[in-house]
Amino acid sequence: MPRSGVSRGRSRTDWRALLWVVPALAVYAAFVLFPLLQSLQYSFYDWDGIGTATWAGFDNWASLFTNPELLHAIANAFVLILFYTLIPIVLGLIAAALVRQVRPGPFGTVTRVALFVPQVIPLVAAGIAWSWLYSQSGLVNQFLSAMGLGSLARAWLGDFTFALPAVGVIGVWVMLGFCTVLLLSGMGKIDPSLYEAARLDGAGSVAEFFAVTLPGLRQELVVCVTFTMIAALTSFDIIQVSTQGGPGYQTLVPGVAVYRLAFLDQNIGQASALAIFLTLMVLAIIIPVQQLRRVR
Amino acid sequence: MISSRGERISRAVILVALALFGVVPLVSLLTTALTPQGSLPQGLVWPSNPQWQNFADAWTAANFLRLLESSCLIVLGVVPIALALATLAGYALAQFRVPGGRVIYVAFLIGLTLPAESLITPLYYDLQSMGLLGSRLAVVIPEIALLMPFGVFWMRAHFSNSELALTEAARIDGANRWQTFARIHLPLATPAWSALAILYFLATWNQYLLPLVLISDPSNRTMAGGLGAFQGQYGDNIQLLCAGSLIIIAPSLIVFLVFQRSFVRALLAGAVK
Repeated sequence: MPRSGVSRGRSRTDWRALLWVVPALAVYAAFVLFPLLQSLQYSFYDWDGIGTATWAGFDNWASLFTNPELLHAIANAFVLILFYTLIPIVLGLIAAALVRQVRPGPFGTVTRVALFVPQVIPLVAAGIAWSWLYSQSGLVNQFLSAMGLGSLARAWLGDFTFALPAVGVIGVWVMLGFCTVLLLSGMGKIDPSLYEAARLDGAGSVAEFFAVTLPGLRQELVVCVTFTMIAALTSFDIIQVSTQGGPGYQTLVPGVAVYRLAFLDQNIGQASALAIFLTLMVLAIIIPVQQLRRVR
Repeated sequence: MISSRGERISRAVILVALALFGVVPLVSLLTTALTPQGSLPQGLVWPSNPQWQNFADAWTAANFLRLLESSCLIVLGVVPIALALATLAGYALAQFRVPGGRVIYVAFLIGLTLPAESLITPLYYDLQSMGLLGSRLAVVIPEIALLMPFGVFWMRAHFSNSELALTEAARIDGANRWQTFARIHLPLATPAWSALAILYFLATWNQYLLPLVLISDPSNRTMAGGLGAFQGQYGDNIQLLCAGSLIIIAPSLIVFLVFQRSFVRALLAGAVK
């Protein structure tokens, strides 16, 4: 038996190592990568799922940019980024900074757990819970009436102006805990001497936040942005359960539109073009964000 | 830390407000679920005469026993297999020179961002032609595939940090690759793979789109998938709907609260890698 274990077998191609990877790769290729290519193929056809498919060229792709309903769905996905990504990260930074100032103990733990719980429950249940809160006789309107703002009360999810922000708030609710907990742990890793140095330089707590805390959280912020942006762009469960894209198509998002086109309208080609476009959109946004991670 | 009384109070107020934002919707579900059916529940007050019967009614109305059984079957089909495949692949990609390993790893990484919506239509027709549509396998197999990228990424990240010296020591003791993996690295990786198992459980249990599309009979779906159908049927009985939602939330919530500490720690460790 050769003694130099590290180099043993490394010069030859290690085909047997493939055996360890093949099962995972096979199921992934057959049920993720292959369907993805099929989606791409479908996007160039007109097909109702039953009859023969006819070549459609780029028609399905062109209507992504001309059909007002689909344009609306794509625009809504970007509006949701505001609610799924920006607001949870800003609130998460505030919450994490405050939790850190509290002495370790039950209060901080309870806050953390309370914020994280929405992340682990089924999104379907979140959608149902919030549909009830937002209903005409729900808690949100009761709260407004109690504050003497009863004139503002409305069926929030049926309101053309407020349905999308209302759905967005559900996203804030779901994402806030994840961002808070991640940012909190990031803050714990920042070298305390950096804070001392900043204080010696006469920095106030706000200046300190921008000079020390925020740069120190680069990794965590990138993870938060990536995770929440994917959730925003590909959202389906919450909206399908709470509004199904309505009223009109005020809260229609690409995920719900794909589902409706494919399984209610039997317009497989259009559904697939939108699905592939959604995938490209996610990649186009997420890949540049990852570059921020490496710069130090 | 020295801070004024005012600062301490405003800090507490903000934190309490954020925590309330987190739990009030769930508390509201509970208080609503306990009001008499057909009444219009007011506010967040604990009902004077809590109707625990509503939970039993929702349980029978939605045939939750069937859904629970179905969910468990789907979870048992998905989690162990997905865990085994992801662990093997992650280990090999971290520790061996797999031919084309770099390309394979990138292919998995891309999968981290792929929305299920981009696959669902072809999956429907593929599973139809395989004759699996409507069966639980129609959800189990694609769910395993969808869980692969994260699992491979997660386990590879973990095994990349394993001590090379351990592998060396095992080899000198005459252990082959499989023995080194099974007897040394796998036990040491228990925190990593058990956290992955919890994540896989939650992802499968909470999965909505796949069962909605691929299993037309709601009672063969997961709990979350079945709840959608329940909402359609009992949408105007708000008490039953809230009780049903809580029944579905409970298992996820219990798993999370029980494993809260190790779960969050592992999640954070993995996320930043």
